[in-house]
Amino acid sequence: MRRRLPWAFLLLPLPVAFVSLVIGRYPISPGEVFASLTGGEVAEVVRALILRIRLPRIGAAALVGANLAVAGAVYQGVFRNPLVEGRLLGVSSGAGLGAALAFLLFPQPAVVQALAFAGGTMGVALTALLGWAFGAGVLVLVIAGVLVDSFLSAVLGIVKYTADPLGTLPAITYWLLGGLSGVRVPDLLPLGIASAIGLSFFLLARWRMNLLTLADQEGEALGVRVRPTRFLVVGMGTLLVASAVSVSGIVSWVGLLVPHAARAMVGPDYARLLPAAAGLGAALVVALDTLARTLLTAEIPLGVLTGLLGAPLFLVLFLRFLRERGGWR
Amino acid sequence: MRLRAQDLVYAYVPGRPVLQGITLELRSGETTFLLGPNGSGKTTFLDLIGGLRAPLDGKVLLDERPLASFSPRERAQLVGYVPQFHEPPFNFTAWEVVLMGRAPYVRWLSQPKERDRRAADAALTVLALAPFRDRPYYTLSGGERRLVLVARGLAQGAAFLLLDEPDAHLDPANQHRVLLAVQEVVGEGLGAGITSHSPNNALLYADRVALFSAGEVLAQGVPAAVVAPPLLERAYGIPFVSVGDGDGPRAVLPALT
Repeated sequence: MRRRLPWAFLLLPLPVAFVSLVIGRYPISPGEVFASLTGGEVAEVVRALILRIRLPRIGAAALVGANLAVAGAVYQGVFRNPLVEGRLLGVSSGAGLGAALAFLLFPQPAVVQALAFAGGTMGVALTALLGWAFGAGVLVLVIAGVLVDSFLSAVLGIVKYTADPLGTLPAITYWLLGGLSGVRVPDLLPLGIASAIGLSFFLLARWRMNLLTLADQEGEALGVRVRPTRFLVVGMGTLLVASAVSVSGIVSWVGLLVPHAARAMVGPDYARLLPAAAGLGAALVVALDTLARTLLTAEIPLGVLTGLLGAPLFLVLFLRFLRERGGWR
Repeated sequence: MRLRAQDLVYAYVPGRPVLQGITLELRSGETTFLLGPNGSGKTTFLDLIGGLRAPLDGKVLLDERPLASFSPRERAQLVGYVPQFHEPPFNFTAWEVVLMGRAPYVRWLSQPKERDRRAADAALTVLALAPFRDRPYYTLSGGERRLVLVARGLAQGAAFLLLDEPDAHLDPANQHRVLLAVQEVVGEGLGAGITSHSPNNALLYADRVALFSAGEVLAQGVPAAVVAPPLLERAYGIPFVSVGDGDGPRAVLPALT
């Protein structure tokens, strides 16, 4: 199992998505789902529900999951730290700030998505600028990320403080909790384009990601232009995370845990890890989002669900990590 | 081939040079040991001659061509580097670590080819590491890890291999295994540059020795001439004695006073 079939993981989301299409508050049979997808005989309301509501949401969930998992896996390598994820560099707080400003000033879904994306990339750009100014070492970038994250969170606090506590503030809070309930077909276009670019880049350059786990000097000695490569990879990772977060809000843990789960199954070699992480992340978020919309009569925020599951899972992985390393060093 | 340093000057802090005009040559088919006390500039020299740092003055030539004029990829196909330590954040197998040595031959958006996988296997075989091929790096002993890094350097297919203290922190048997393995590939035409704190290893394995002191080369030449008590005393600042002068192996020891 460990060495085989990483590409088979990319098929994993398909059965999960089919099950997800069937389940929901409005009961639809597998036959009806199949008919809607293949253009067969089915009631118009069912077809609309499948094609316009459930399918776009599942598509978004799959892309969000794949993006966060792949970016997380790559970030763990670039920062040579198994405990980081894509949100490290200020992308979440930047996206949160962008979304909050949109809710405050131009509360339309498209604007929220656009400003969240812009805010997320801006957060990372700030981190990168700060990091570059101090020599672009790994540690410097992490410290810069923490600074930017903290600063943008404070600004987000100001925005929340000034927001209308009856209308805007709940909207901001709910967005920050993460969820895909509002996803419609048009939202998928920017997410789809960003994911296509970012995921195909990483899936093609997958072996090369191994080289980023080397110390700078080792990488240089192997002919890698370490610093430009690191910035390119962080940029592509940001594209994935920011485009995901701009649609889903803050979905925690996926970017940290899925790469480790995938590593446990196919090993740490990025050539196998990235396809496996993409498939696993997509399947997981589709499954969790299905739970989010069906478990209770009211929607459970997706970020809350991933958080509830993530912390205990993290503990298990962390203990495993300690055992593998023979203790904390 | 010749990898030649010419009047190399380098300083980490302006005004405090760590290398003050080093001229030294590594040759194919030769093992050159770089000896000298801590802080004498050996490792910095290794970085410079490997093209990992640019000298403040002077130049590095590969045959007649400046090393700086090669692209990083071209340079990596000619000059390999074996660090003292390698701490991968993930538990790669020995083979996966060695395969990374093929980086200069794998294009950005492509994967290692059959040729690269064969080179990695061949490097493991040369160093008798084939049984460790699929072992996770963390489960390897210090000596095995060092050999895996040498194998990665060999997989790189370079004409010169620069090794940063490959004998440090190893027991005598493992020091012997690592340095003997290097000596064997040098016998097949590789040029090796090795920094070390062991004058006796230089006596055993070097073809040539350069003795560094305070950023200058105090002496260079065959081991028998350079690893000699008067020169060692000038470099390290304590008296040495030579034992076993005659037939058989010779060694140097700090003189008890």
